[in-house]
Order: sequence, then structure tokens, then C-alpha cells
Amino acid sequence: MGSGTSTQHHFAFQNAENAFRAAALIQRWYRRYMARLEMRRHCTWRIFQSIEYAGQQDQVKLHDFFSYLVDHFTPSSNHERDFLNRMFTEERFPQDAEMEKPSDYESIEVPDNYTGPHLSFPLLPDHATALVEAFRLKQQLHARYVLNLLHETRKHLVQLPNINRVSTRYSEEVTVCGDLHGQLDDLIFIFYKNGLPSPERAYVFNGDFVDRGKDSVEILMVLFAFMLVYPKEFHLNRGNHEDYMVNLRYGFTKEVMHKYKTHGKKILKILQDVFCWLPLATLVDEKVLILHGGVSDMTDLELLAKLDRHKIVSTLRRKTRKEKGKPAPKKAGAARPTPWFLPLRAGSGGAPRAGRSSSLPCGGPAAPDPARRARRSVDLALPGCPQQGGSAPSGAQGEPERAAPEADPEAREPPEPTREEWKQVVDILWSDPMAQDGCKANTVRGGGCYFGPNVTEQLLQKYNLQFLIRSHECKPEGYEFCHSRKVLTIFSASNYYEVGSNRGAYVKLGPALSPHIVQYQANKATHMLTMRQRISRVEESALRSLREKLFAHSSDLLGEFKKHDTDKTGFISLSDWAEAVESVLRLGLPWRMLRPQLVSSSTDSMLEYKSWLKDLAKEQRSRENIQSSLLETLYRNRSNLETIFRIIDSDHSGFISLDEFRQTWKLFSSHMNIDITDDCICDLARSIDFNKDGHIDINEFLEAFRLVEQSCPEGDASDCPQTTDPEDGDGSKPSTQ
Amino acid sequence: MADDKEREGTELVVAEYHRKIKEAFEVFDHEANNTVDVREIGTIIRSLGCCPSEGELHDLIAEVEEEEPTGYIRYEKFLPVMTEVLLERRYRPIPEDTLLRAFEVLDPSKRGFLTREELIKYMTEEGEPFSQEEMEEMLSAAVDPESNSIHYKDYIAMMVVDES
Repeated sequence: MGSGTSTQHHFAFQNAENAFRAAALIQRWYRRYMARLEMRRHCTWRIFQSIEYAGQQDQVKLHDFFSYLVDHFTPSSNHERDFLNRMFTEERFPQDAEMEKPSDYESIEVPDNYTGPHLSFPLLPDHATALVEAFRLKQQLHARYVLNLLHETRKHLVQLPNINRVSTRYSEEVTVCGDLHGQLDDLIFIFYKNGLPSPERAYVFNGDFVDRGKDSVEILMVLFAFMLVYPKEFHLNRGNHEDYMVNLRYGFTKEVMHKYKTHGKKILKILQDVFCWLPLATLVDEKVLILHGGVSDMTDLELLAKLDRHKIVSTLRRKTRKEKGKPAPKKAGAARPTPWFLPLRAGSGGAPRAGRSSSLPCGGPAAPDPARRARRSVDLALPGCPQQGGSAPSGAQGEPERAAPEADPEAREPPEPTREEWKQVVDILWSDPMAQDGCKANTVRGGGCYFGPNVTEQLLQKYNLQFLIRSHECKPEGYEFCHSRKVLTIFSASNYYEVGSNRGAYVKLGPALSPHIVQYQANKATHMLTMRQRISRVEESALRSLREKLFAHSSDLLGEFKKHDTDKTGFISLSDWAEAVESVLRLGLPWRMLRPQLVSSSTDSMLEYKSWLKDLAKEQRSRENIQSSLLETLYRNRSNLETIFRIIDSDHSGFISLDEFRQTWKLFSSHMNIDITDDCICDLARSIDFNKDGHIDINEFLEAFRLVEQSCPEGDASDCPQTTDPEDGDGSKPSTQ
Repeated sequence: MADDKEREGTELVVAEYHRKIKEAFEVFDHEANNTVDVREIGTIIRSLGCCPSEGELHDLIAEVEEEEPTGYIRYEKFLPVMTEVLLERRYRPIPEDTLLRAFEVLDPSKRGFLTREELIKYMTEEGEPFSQEEMEEMLSAAVDPESNSIHYKDYIAMMVVDES
């Protein structure tokens, strides 16, 4: 071989080697990039989840607070007493079926210029289909038809057992769907892709139809319509959001009042009852149990089948009315148990991560740990939990195990559920599976349990079942198996946290009941985005929420930072920052990973914390004449505030009087140990009353402080402030796939 | 004296590394039992600032795996190994200009771009080949739909901005 050829070969070899190395380098770099993206995705998910669950805990705490007030607060004046009375006696009680008044809707005229769908009863399949189509075209169903439909729905539900039974002998396929949360696009997509309900196509919808999304009303209308049309094949289970108390906080109440300004209150009233009548579970071929949350080691299907489900008005509060008789005598002394919100000891917040809290088993005896005590799921609604040793039973605490209906002068009202009954229902509506064996209180949610594989196995064996289908938890892929595939979580609200955050899914039960999962994501826009863009979007949304939460705790954070700044330099290390933030917020988030996105000014490893906090505050729009500390407090209690407003605004007018506002805020802040002077409150109230007529428009107030969540339930999606991403398309409504 | 200070300094650094590693690990510790699926180890290591090749990753996994691989990696084994990696500053990330030169090697005629087919060929046949999924994902972000080619200088610039 001549030297020329070998040189050629040499160069060729060299080039090939170079190309190989170059490719390897690019791949190496790219894989690292993707890994970091993956990590960001996981962190983002964690942010959303921890904020969501912290919010749910809040909700429970809020109602604990009200329960406590009801039973222990001694009003210092007639004025206060009246105020409280009004707040609580407005809680409506479920009415007997005979008390329904068709005149509720018969008198409502449908105007000639109404262009929406018309319904006539008894409903036919065509009506239901037409309803879906009408809603797809963004029409709204007239209040008269809504009420009529709800009345018919209630009549039907009352006849149903607590546990529906479906047989695949009659319908060839059974499709199970999970949480929809007001996302009509997902429901329409499911019907489009899987087919409309029919005698051959059975459906089970596993709760949480409402709240958060903007079309909860329409979803209910569709689901109820199909249930009336195909009563044997179309089944609904109650979820923890089918609950008027939860609705006050999570948007459904707001949506109804916004869409139905005249008749909304009536609609809400009957809905409250309809929700109580929803069945608790569905059994397919006696083999597959479908329920919303999960089970506990005490779950008793026989008891669940027998109890009067209608008595469970809300899973947040066992008692539906004020305690009879005098409030608990005020005892000066240690014997009196202290509820969670009175100043206890530091560190009474717990890590929200499942499996990391060392709480007690559900059925176990009272715990010695005082901080944990108040959050046990069983005793949510019991004020003055008598677990602390030595507490004397008082009029309020000595509750009868069973309310005696005969002796009860208000015999019209259904007696309250027993503790056992209530707990059984709470467990199946609120519990989550966990990886470890055992069963312990679900402190993250504030209700129900965490149940392990052994609990599942025990239940399946006891009742001769094959597996469990549940929902209640959002999953990135829309579904997730656990407990050796004995538990399937199915979640049907895609893009739940944010556009692009997760897929939705439904499951079809085939022959021998083998599950077949179908996934989707009801938003065309996301398909065109790269993974990088999808993650960025969702991440930005999560970070926004997180920054807001940080702002809401500014004072506490400052205090923590100062503790780390022993030399008073005004600087702390980034490591200290992470520790401080976690000790205040207690969200269990990977702060060191998130730091680059939260602390933009880190040129070296020290942070000037005061200016960081200032930057946080600047981001939140605020009214100049409100003290920043007050604003911070408002932010921190924003969801509670909104809920409180809605409770005060018992006639759902959208207005509360200045006085009501002041009273409530005063009560709330004193029991939450918030330091606000009376003057401050008055100033705040007056400044909110924009037109000085002595009334506060709730929505204006909340909007003004940006206390309303970003996903506005009213109006078009395009109205909502979104990131101005050129890839966003024309901002038109998301369409189905 | 100086030795003590140095040791203290190292201790602080190690302590901080430990916290970082723990955080990253916990993100994937779905069962809260101090284990992660071995398939997630690559993500964890890379998100801690390292940029190993697939081969280097496999070696690292072999170090932290159980003697009889279970498919899970325990934190107790992972922590010391990962700490060493960080202390030794192993698997440093690739600087931007090195990356650019790598692309230029694949583009010898210096056009400033690679065609879609060329990128696919290199990425799936050379080096440590991409899976189909990886290839598709890269193409979706990198390819300019009008010219059907990858203008690598712009691409790198875009990706780097994203990182920070």
C-alpha cells in the first residue's frame, strides 16, 4: 500500500473518530439537559401538590375553628351573639323528599329569546345528547331546567342503595372515570373518544365532578341527565367535593352564583341535598370496588351499605347544627383541652409528606402527643377533643352516641350520623394509598387515612374482591397502579394544575374485568409545545404560587433569617436560606433545587435577605394605603378569607356589610392570634368599601388584592392572564383533542 | 491551626453536599423508604451538576447497586459515592464553546447547520446512540421547520438560556 492511501485511511479514521467523539459529547450534554428538565418537572409537581394539600388542611382547620366557636364561644354582647347565630343557623338542613316544591321551578318562565337547550321530562336520550352538544357550543342551561333536572335527579337518587351494583352481563363494557373538577372539555373528550353512554356502554363516574374548573354546573347537568336516561348503566359515586362546605372554598358555589344570579341560591340549596343522596360506591360484578378516596383498616362494607347516607351532609363537619344547651362552662385551668389554633408550642406544624409523619393508626387509642392530637381525622368536628387526660366532660362535649329522634323536637331534621358512620364515610371519601403496610391518619388532607398494601389485601379478601378503583389524587399520567396492581387510581381531569401539567385517563373493564387504560390531554396547544416549553409553563405557574406563599409569610421569614444572621451582617448563606424557608413554610419541598428560580440575585453564596423579601413584596400588586403586614396576613389567609366571606354572605348576594366584615375579621384574627388593631380593621374595611355605601362587594375585594386564583372560573379562558407565550396560539378556548 | 480550619471548611462543604444530595434523592423516593428506582439515578446525578456519559453512569451505578441488584438504589450506598463525585468534581459539565466545536466537527463544510437527516444519523449511529424517544424530543426543539435543519449555534444559545 502506498503511503497516500494509508494517510487517507488515517484521516478517514481520524475523522470517524472525531465524529464519534463529537456525537458522544453532544449526547452527553443533551442527556444532562433532559435530566435537569425531568427534575424540574418533578419539583414542580411537588410544589403544586404540597400547596394543594396544605390548602386542604387549611380548610379543615377553618371548619374546626367554626365548630369551636359554635360550641365554646361566649359572645360578649347580644350583637356578637346575633352575629354568630346568623352565621350558623344559616346552615341549611337537608329536606325530606316530600318537602320538595315543584313550584320552585314551575313558576320560572323561560323567555322567548332564550337560545339555550330545552328540556322536558321524562328525559330522553336525545335530550341528554343535545345537552352535551349545547354545552360544547358554550350555551347555558336555563335555571328552570336546571332546577327541574335537579328535582328529578334527587327523586331518582333517593331510591338508590348506598352501593351501586353493575353487571357486565348486561352492559358489555364498563368505563370508569375519575375526578373531572369542572373541566367540561375532558368530559366531552371522553364521550367523543369512548362513545356516549348507552345500555351497552356503562359508565361509572367516581366523584369530584365539581370545584376548581369553570364548568362544574354543566358537568353535573350532563352527568345527571345521562343518569336519568340510563339508570341501570350510568352510575355516580360521591366524592369529597360533592359537599357544599368544600364548594364554598373551591369555586363551585362561586360559579353557580355567577352563572345564575337570580336563582343560584335555590340551585345551591337543592344541590346540597342532591350531593347527600349520591351513592357512596359502586361494585362491578361483585368483584371490583369503585369508590372515590380509599379505605381504612376499619372499613366495613356492610355498615356502609346500611347507613343512611343522606345524614352525612358534609364530611368536614359531623354536626350540622349548633350544639343544644349551654356552651361549655369556661374552666380556668389546665383541664381544658386546647384546640390547634390557639397558641400551642412551636413546631406544631408537621411535614406533609406521606409516610414521614409518625401519626397514630386510625383505630388506635388516643395519642400522647398533643400537637398531633388535634388533627386526627376521626375527631375533626369534635371541638375540645377529649383526648387530653383529665378533661371534664361539659355540656358540649358529652355528645350522645346516637341522637334520639323521638325526643328531638325538631324531628323533621334527620338525626345526625353516629361517629362510626361518619368516620366510615370520611374514610372512603378522603383516604389515600401509601406504600408501607399499615393504616395511619391522613394528616396532609386532614381527613381519612393513609392505607397500606396489607389493608387493601385484607379488604379484598374479606369481601372476595379482585381490586379497587379509586380517584382523589392527581397523577401525571392520569392513572397509577399500586399495591401490586390491586389499587388503581384514575384521574380524568387533564392539565389539572396548569396547562400541560398532566394527562387525564379513564379505564375500561374488559372481559374478566381486566383494566384497559386510555390517556388523553384535552388541550391542542400543549401538543405543539416541546417538553421543554410545557415544563416551563407549568413550572412558572407553580413558582408564582410558591412566591406568593413566601410573601404571605414575610414576617415569619424575616424572623427566621435574623436568627441565622448572628453577626447581623444582613446576609445569610444560601444553605441557611433553605433551612429557614422550610422551617417556616413546612411544605417539605426541595428548596436547594428550587433556589435558582426563587433567589435570582445569588452572585455568590450569600443572600441579602431583606432586599429579597422586598423584591417578593414588589411582585404582589398591592393597594398603597394598606399596611404591608396586613396585606401579608390577608394573603396568608386568602382562601380562608374567601370561604369566610361566603359563609357570612349567607344569601349569596355578593355583598357583606362593613360591620359583618369587621366582626368576622376580629373574631378570626383573635383566634388565629393575629395581631391587628381595631383601627386597622376599620381602615381596611372602609378602604374596601369603594362606593361608600356601607357594603363590601366580595368579588371586588378579592380581585383588588389578587386574592382570586389565577384560573378565573368566570368568563373565557382567554380572559385569564396567561404567560404571553407566542406559542400560545390565539388564546381561544382549549378544544378537545 | 490551619489544618483545623481547612478540615472545618471541608466539613461544611461536605455537610452542604449531603443536604443537596438528600434533597435530590428524596424527589424520587416515592415510597419514602430511602430508595429510588435505579432508572432514576441518572436524573438525580445529572441534576446535581454532573455530566457523565452513559458509560460513566453505568460504572457509577455499579458502585451503588446492591451486590444482587434489586432494581433499587439505597440512599446509604448512594450518599458516600455521590459525595466523593462532587468533592472530586467529576463529570464536569460541558462548556458552551466545546459544545459548539462538537457540532462544527459534524459540519465540516461549515454551513452553520446540520440537516435533519444528518443529525438523526449522527445521534442514532454514533457515540452513545439515542433512543427513538430521545431523538424525537431533540428534533422537536432543535429543527427549524422551514429549513428542516438545525442551526446549531442558535439551538445552543436557546438551550443555554433555558438552563439559567
